[in-house]
Amino acid sequence: MGIACALPYIACVASIRAKVVTMSGYLFRLFGVVGLLLCGAPMALAAETRDLWPGLVQDIFNGRPMNDGSDVIGIEMPSRAEDAAIVPVTLRTKLAAGDSRQVLSITLVIDQNPAPMAAKFQLGPNANVSEISTRVRVNNYTDVRAVAELSDGKLYMTKTYVKASGGCSAPAAKNADEAKARLGQMRYRQFAKTGEGPASGAREAQIMIGHPNNSGLQMDQVTHLYVPAFFINELRLWQDDSLVLTMEGGISISEDPNIRFTYVSNGAKRFRAEAKDTEGHVFQREWKVEDSGT
Amino acid sequence: MAHPAWILAALAMIATITASFAQQQELPVNSIANGVFVHNGQTAQMTRENAGAIANVGFIVGQDAVAVIDTGGSLRGGRQLLAAIRARTDKPIRYVINTHGHPDHVFGNGAFVQDGTTFVGHANLPRALAARGQFYLDAFRRTMGDQLIDEIRIVPPTLLVSGTLQLDLGGRILIVRAWPAAHSDCDLTVLDDETGTLFAGDLVFLAHTPVLDGSIRGWLSVIGELGALPAERVVPGHGPVSRWPAALADQRRYLETLASDVRGLIARGEPIGAAADTAANSERSRWELFDDFNARNATAAFSEIEWE
Repeated sequence: MGIACALPYIACVASIRAKVVTMSGYLFRLFGVVGLLLCGAPMALAAETRDLWPGLVQDIFNGRPMNDGSDVIGIEMPSRAEDAAIVPVTLRTKLAAGDSRQVLSITLVIDQNPAPMAAKFQLGPNANVSEISTRVRVNNYTDVRAVAELSDGKLYMTKTYVKASGGCSAPAAKNADEAKARLGQMRYRQFAKTGEGPASGAREAQIMIGHPNNSGLQMDQVTHLYVPAFFINELRLWQDDSLVLTMEGGISISEDPNIRFTYVSNGAKRFRAEAKDTEGHVFQREWKVEDSGT
Repeated sequence: MAHPAWILAALAMIATITASFAQQQELPVNSIANGVFVHNGQTAQMTRENAGAIANVGFIVGQDAVAVIDTGGSLRGGRQLLAAIRARTDKPIRYVINTHGHPDHVFGNGAFVQDGTTFVGHANLPRALAARGQFYLDAFRRTMGDQLIDEIRIVPPTLLVSGTLQLDLGGRILIVRAWPAAHSDCDLTVLDDETGTLFAGDLVFLAHTPVLDGSIRGWLSVIGELGALPAERVVPGHGPVSRWPAALADQRRYLETLASDVRGLIARGEPIGAAADTAANSERSRWELFDDFNARNATAAFSEIEWE
């Protein structure tokens, strides 16, 4: 993630990641257990609904001032999380056509989740990305925020409110064996963009990555050990050699990360994706721009 | 004139007696076949008012011992089930079988923990309880309240089943079978050979909208195999005890409709949110709790079928 977060459980996850490269599996696990136990029970914290936002502004954005983002960035989610493990979210830039400012990045924050910083998207300078959809886990009743950083150097925030799901829905794998079996598979799909002629270059595409994206916040009731975190923390997408979009992901991104986005073609023939996870796996694929495929 | 303190004390005593009565009372059960007893859960979400008693739970009495099949949605419910068993037999409870890991089926496990009782579950059940147990306790505190939730313990199985296993209650054999991911990824069925009674857990729903928390494609395939089991009647996870295998028809139609609608949406390039809004809407009038579960099922089905 590359973002310093002072919240204890985030710090733990970040520390685990830092150790991943150098420590053996055994030490990694041990470290994760000790770290998380010292951090207390994350789920118990998540059950409360006090206002965490001032602390999050400090931790994620270094206390930088937040401006009203209602004219800059939109965030759409269902008002109730039907499935706690898969809640669709769409981020949409709203800058008027003549606005000289550009959106550099959009950070997605789920206040009441154990790891509030869900993702940070950096928008390629020439790709004109105007809409990004993905899916997140939602543990609780929570504000969900989009914070856009513009080329004027300021941050703009907008938010929506999501109620947690009921029933036996949980932010965990439905089919844990299948999730493991799919590890590292990647799929690309190009959608027809309605109402736009091919001449405009406007496109919509989707990247899917098979990955359990384990949160690591689940305690085994028998051993009282925590399952180690294991998730996609970096995704980069290019058209030929021009960057379209990057994502720094956290554990709030759903299993099998799925990113659907609009962009403007630069005439490239190839679309390329590279994803990395917290265990150092690197997944790379390349497709012909026009071909959907695996 | 009575002193206010006496009145308060009397009221407190009445409240205590009422509360302990509520905890001791027996869960109502029906005898549906020789030695087979079932509590038919209410078709509802788990709340403080219903103490989580929304799933069907039951027990089977052999010559030597008893097997309990699912324990209900609270420790209080588990104790009431235990009281219902003790009102009918004093044979030891040899097995507690959990048909899967959802809270309405396992939260009562703690009432049955004692020497000589073995908890039986799918080989994947410990993993599911580890991943979800604490989350369920936190989530249901909101709707069931501290009093019911505080005393619940997550009790994982120690006798794990993959494939099939026979349990002997003395002159009575139960055939326990573990299934691939379907309703959840830890579904078990229990077949009582003697009476042809199948406890299907949440692999079978009637009246209550089916809940998808495993694999829709897996579930449809499991339904095909389930139908061939030599049973006369089924105790579904939710809904009335019914004739077998006719009881599968409604659920099969629902899941097939959902899968087919979702496939259409994906082929047309629709986003996942469109599935929650439209998939399987033709089924709305046929099920209870449809709006509580269908959008969620559609979301889950979409995220699975898009990988086909």
